[in-house]
Amino acid sequence: MSLLEVTDLTVRYGDSAVVNAVSFAVNRGESVGIVGESGSGKSQIALSILGLLPDNATVSGSIRFDGLELAGKTDKQLDAIRAVRIGIVFQDPMQALNPYLRVGQQLRQILLQHELANGVEADESVKKMLELVGLPDPERQFHAFPHELSGGMRQRVMIASALICEPDLLIADEPTTALDVTVQAQILDLLEELRDETALLLITHDLGIVAGRCERLLVFDEGRLVESGATTSIFSSPGTAHTRKLLAAALRTDRGEIRATANGKTVLGVDNASVSYRDKSKERLVAVTDVSLSLREAETLAIVGESGSGKSSLVRGLLGLIPMRAGRVVYAGEPLEGPVQFRSAAQRRDLQLIFQDPASALNPQMRVQTIVGEPLLVHEPAMSSDTRNESVVSILNKVGLDESYLRRFPHQLSGGQAQRIAIARALILEPKILICDEAVAALDGSVREQVLELLNDVQCDTGLSIIFISHDLAVVRSVSHRVAVMYLGQLVEVANTANLFSSPRHPYTKALIEASPVPDPLVAPASAPLKGEVPSLLTPPSGCVFHPRCVFAQSECSNKRPSLREYGGSRVSCHRAAELEL
Amino acid sequence: MKKSGGILLFILVMAIVGPWLSPHDYQDTNFDAILNAPSFAGVHFFGTDDLGRDLFVRTMLGIRITLLVAIVASLVSLVIGVTYGAVAGYVGGRVDAVMMRFVDTLYALPFIFFVILLMVVFERNFFLIFVAIGAINWLDMARIVRGQTLSLREREFVDAARLTGVSTARIIFRHIAPNLLGIVVVYVTLTIPQAILVESFLSFLGLGIQEPQTSLGSLVDGGVNQMEGASWMLLIPAALLALILMCFNFLGDALRDFFDARKSP
Repeated sequence: MSLLEVTDLTVRYGDSAVVNAVSFAVNRGESVGIVGESGSGKSQIALSILGLLPDNATVSGSIRFDGLELAGKTDKQLDAIRAVRIGIVFQDPMQALNPYLRVGQQLRQILLQHELANGVEADESVKKMLELVGLPDPERQFHAFPHELSGGMRQRVMIASALICEPDLLIADEPTTALDVTVQAQILDLLEELRDETALLLITHDLGIVAGRCERLLVFDEGRLVESGATTSIFSSPGTAHTRKLLAAALRTDRGEIRATANGKTVLGVDNASVSYRDKSKERLVAVTDVSLSLREAETLAIVGESGSGKSSLVRGLLGLIPMRAGRVVYAGEPLEGPVQFRSAAQRRDLQLIFQDPASALNPQMRVQTIVGEPLLVHEPAMSSDTRNESVVSILNKVGLDESYLRRFPHQLSGGQAQRIAIARALILEPKILICDEAVAALDGSVREQVLELLNDVQCDTGLSIIFISHDLAVVRSVSHRVAVMYLGQLVEVANTANLFSSPRHPYTKALIEASPVPDPLVAPASAPLKGEVPSLLTPPSGCVFHPRCVFAQSECSNKRPSLREYGGSRVSCHRAAELEL
Repeated sequence: MKKSGGILLFILVMAIVGPWLSPHDYQDTNFDAILNAPSFAGVHFFGTDDLGRDLFVRTMLGIRITLLVAIVASLVSLVIGVTYGAVAGYVGGRVDAVMMRFVDTLYALPFIFFVILLMVVFERNFFLIFVAIGAINWLDMARIVRGQTLSLREREFVDAARLTGVSTARIIFRHIAPNLLGIVVVYVTLTIPQAILVESFLSFLGLGIQEPQTSLGSLVDGGVNQMEGASWMLLIPAALLALILMCFNFLGDALRDFFDARKSP
């Protein structure tokens, strides 16, 4: 008998079914991946197994766990099963941990609640568990508050809390989506290593994650189970069009080459830029240190790095949204300085930004027409409203939308449509430089491809230069001419895309490339290439900022800061770049 | 929401057309009918007061004045409070600090003392009541709007507008202000009853509306003096005042829920 048997599960909100007659089973000790795009109902399945759906959801069908019917049970009845026999790891550990309780207390509570241990024993087993999930110094972390831990550490605590009662089934709902790539690999390894006899239901949108780690896959689309089978066979011969589309998006097989060719003319130069903030206690936090970069005409320059690497601060500084502490920016032979509102109209017109989250970047109280037309209203006040509307419609057509969208509000748009509107707003003034700050990170695979394709088209047509900020190396590889890698506010490597991926010169670049998941079940996932996490910017390491995590570090690395130097076509900031074989 | 809105609408209509339904005028005294109990015989639906004036007409007039004062005072606080709060919140830094310390200072002034001073210096004046009530109500509004603006300012659509070169004034009025709408509408429906109470309180103290004009507060004040012999003079305006206050409070709660529901998908 299977451990978990779901039969004809349907979840409805009012008239719309978000999960539609789904049946599947999970055996003991098995690892099963649930994949689908956002809105495919995959999280709803996890919530319905745990009885955590909101009150306005109606559930029908049966969920049998180890012979026990879970559907329709009250919270009280489920208490004996949740946490004890089914553990869960949520996406965002900051949301899932109680900020007012110390880590130890939260874990202890679980054991005491279910009378699995008395006070002293509980403390002991909690500490043992914390050690098991790889928290350094568990004795001290036991008394730490969640906000004192980093994102990866918090997720480790979450995993500890899910596994502390040794459950039969562990549900992980997008466990690594909120984490950096190098940490993501660590967490996935940890899940695999600790689960032992525990069955795993891994819910994700990223086929790269499930490829080497799950035995079977369940593919969802719009609340329906469209395909299920062994991971290897789904990857080698996908049975449905939807699965093929997901795979294509993951493998990026259907993408054309970058067609625009950059010419040598430099349009934007950044010299020794530094950006710093003051935090609440007035301590200075240097987000960007001494970065020099140049951008050529019709070129796509990618800036990659994990959170805290300073990539967003750098572009916000050069755009004048936040003050730069030092350095200068030259655009078309003229300096760009001061806050954005004091720059000339021409300069503002030529540099535009696309944000990560279109829901936040579009004013919720404005219609599409006003949002897209506003830049024209500001820059060409003489233009008649008819001409303006015509331009708005023509730019909407360009981004693949028609005039029926003019009267809509942002909340009436899907994520992909909203991002197109944001792109239309940025492009309507025909800028020379477009900065995309994680512009596709919030989008589903297939939508992401469309948006990237659109940017590629515009670049071919108009010779636009693009700065493409991303943490996703797979995307960067397919869109950019050159890549700049940042770590803790410093530039560690700048190289042509092809060179960078085939022969990375900096150990951090190498680790980043290895950490990004490969969507191929036959390639065993590399074990996490980096230990530890990105240090705090308030107390940056001495010497080379990367040395505490670097396996090649020598005494020189902790004393002296390396500078960017040429090695075989790449610019690298590493003392040992010449001698290392990576 | 529908019920309280409906009751308010009915009271408003009655306050406007009511006086025409009665043969009496609000300032006609009739010494043959002093302190008459409510009756249909003399067409004194709510009875008469100690000067023989018809209370029904006077109550309707009182409601008019009370609502007028409350709504105008709330609008005054709306305009001043939203502008002040949005500017302080959006510009931030020192400007914000100075503007909000000014608000704190005004908060510290003893309000009643302030009103009595105004009344003494300028004599009693209808217009002064608006000023007095508006002057305290906008402080709360400014604080709420500033807090809201501080968080809106961090939203990316504001950055996007700055990047395109939208002027600060346009950002405040076209981008920030519409997003404050929900909270402001709710807050206004909650300040109206507050303003009604303050006006009634002032009138009750004898600092408010001048005879022969009247408001619910002054009617209650007059009723208290005749409480033993003519309880209707107190009970009817007091009950109506309570009803109006409750309706506005319910309406405000309902509006708050309405705007909440729209925000959560």
